[in-house]
Amino acid sequence: MAKRVGIETSLAISEVVAACDVDVVAAYPITPQTHIVEHLADLVANGKLDAEYIPVESEHSAMSACLGSVAAGARTFTASAGQGLELMHEVLFVASAMRLPVIMAVTNRAVSSPLSVWGDHSDVMATRDVGWIQLFVENGQEAVDNTICAFKMGEAKNVLLPVMVNLDGFHLSHMIEPITIPEREEISRFLPPFDYPLPLHPDKPVAMGDFAPPVIFSEAKWAQEINIRDSYETIIQTWQEFGQQFGRYYQPVEKYCTEGAETLLLTMGSFSETAMTAIDNLREQGQKVGLVRIRLWRPFPFEELRKAVGSAKTLIVFDRAISVGGPGGPVVSEVKAALYNEPQKPNVVSFVGGLGGRDVTREGFEEIITRGQEIAEQGSPNEFEIYGVRE
Amino acid sequence: MIGQSVYVPRLLSEIESLAPGHRACIGCGEVLAIRQAFKAIGRDAVVVNATGCMEIIASQLPYTSWRLPWIHTLFENTAAVASGVEAGLKAMKRKGRYDHPDTKVVAIAGDGGTVDIGLQALSGALERGHNLLYICFDNEGYMNTGVQRSSATPYGATTTTSPAGKQSIGQLSWKKDLPAIAVDHRIPYVATACPSFPIDLVEKVKKGVATKGPAYIHVFSGCPTGWGCATNLTIKLGRLAVETGVFPLYEVENGKYKMSYKPETLRPITDYMKPQRRFRHLTEDVIKMIEKRVAEEYYKLLEKAECQK
Repeated sequence: MAKRVGIETSLAISEVVAACDVDVVAAYPITPQTHIVEHLADLVANGKLDAEYIPVESEHSAMSACLGSVAAGARTFTASAGQGLELMHEVLFVASAMRLPVIMAVTNRAVSSPLSVWGDHSDVMATRDVGWIQLFVENGQEAVDNTICAFKMGEAKNVLLPVMVNLDGFHLSHMIEPITIPEREEISRFLPPFDYPLPLHPDKPVAMGDFAPPVIFSEAKWAQEINIRDSYETIIQTWQEFGQQFGRYYQPVEKYCTEGAETLLLTMGSFSETAMTAIDNLREQGQKVGLVRIRLWRPFPFEELRKAVGSAKTLIVFDRAISVGGPGGPVVSEVKAALYNEPQKPNVVSFVGGLGGRDVTREGFEEIITRGQEIAEQGSPNEFEIYGVRE
Repeated sequence: MIGQSVYVPRLLSEIESLAPGHRACIGCGEVLAIRQAFKAIGRDAVVVNATGCMEIIASQLPYTSWRLPWIHTLFENTAAVASGVEAGLKAMKRKGRYDHPDTKVVAIAGDGGTVDIGLQALSGALERGHNLLYICFDNEGYMNTGVQRSSATPYGATTTTSPAGKQSIGQLSWKKDLPAIAVDHRIPYVATACPSFPIDLVEKVKKGVATKGPAYIHVFSGCPTGWGCATNLTIKLGRLAVETGVFPLYEVENGKYKMSYKPETLRPITDYMKPQRRFRHLTEDVIKMIEKRVAEEYYKLLEKAECQK
């Protein structure tokens, strides 16, 4: 049986990637992803993981090598963050459009300039439209569980899409937590071997990556849209099966104390756990507050979000990224779009915070909720605030 | 060489991996080179193609001219994708999930995709020692996008981004020597080739794919569209490039240089330049200067090969 051990989240991810028996890891070191790829290299060097480790010369080549190895039919993993994710940006589009299920952990990090190795969601928000399945996790256990699920979701024959598991750089990636890492045998009962339907094979030549003239490009994109939309069912089913076997269940939108809540806070990633403690505190004081967390960022769970928001009067969205010159945070813009056509919708208030590694404490979230309620009472707010910014 | 052409069809395999019906220009030297190269490679291979002429002419949804498993993703990452294919096949072979022990991984790209935008990925793949063959089909510019200069464009050539004008003679830099850069990666096999010398090209590609580890072959491929020459001159110009010393044929096995073809004397460079519109604006002085430099480079190379005997 799997034991619960104190382990750094990054190392736990590497351990579980090895337990998933990957064939190829292609990676370039970038803070704060380094511990994941270092540990994978170590596992290969010590014969604990039978895989090819490609120490590529850039993140662009990391993702490119991943395309090649998946196309050959090999189970493939990589990890990245911040600048690295941006450097591989154009390759990300290709992975999804060519239906090459690369699995990648992203230890979310700010994007230069100014240079910052610390965490926020700027990197992943810039890759919002690359066509990947994108998950956010809140703690080490979720990171491990969702890495296993990512292989099963992405490699499912009706899906065949790359999956990004987002975890906050440092705040989560470098945390030592009690984590249960399932054994190989348990995982192999859950995760079937990778069987890519039409790999590059001389016995059955296929052409992958043709160009498309205008007469067929729209159709290719529509097919891609249908593909990722339809992946939703498989994602839900995978989490369900995971829960049945391992006893830990996941939802596209997670709720915390939303019952009867008039004010809801919405977060993504590891800050959600801090936000929960703020909710606990305010609930104890008799305030009708709750928390909604988006776990599945793509395909976006529109229906579940609407259900989770329900009849709340105020919805305070906390973004760890800023859409400069735009609507504030990328998440709030998505959330507003999801609610716009609803007959009954809450006042949506936008906060940006936790940029470039700055922490938001329990008191911080309490302040955000109080301030958010004030703004909502003053009418329909279109501005956003950066929490704790000095002017 | 001319005498040999009678026997060429008998000496080469009948395998055609690139089917007819593609959309290459009339007189395309690259297509010719690909057909020859893949006669040497055979059917047990995976092709990784960079964006460029050869990708555009052979693929258009939902068609392909390739009879081999073929993948194209982007422009600058071909060597990296090929690294991934090689690693994937290697891992699966080891784990008993891939049944062909000797599948060859062949990356193909133009000069832009190799000497400019793809150089970093290529360097990485060569340095890491993947078991693959990388062939650069060099037509000395970005011909697919409308004849722009690359760092493989020769000195003095006019292109749309190095135009000859009142203040310029055209390309003002000398062709980047990529085979030398490949050699400096200490890889086991580097060669230059030209489809005007088909037996030589085929033999080199055979050596390239048989090499354990990375192999790099730089193929000089004529381009009537980009060079501004008659479409029936591709093969002749390739031959002239070799005979004038503009593009010497040689191979470097484990660091050891060997000339593949040594003309007794170098032909005058005008024989090669004159039929091409891209050089037509050059004055005699400039041509002389180019000829001098070409000869210098050629004899330097020759010395390297002689000294290592």
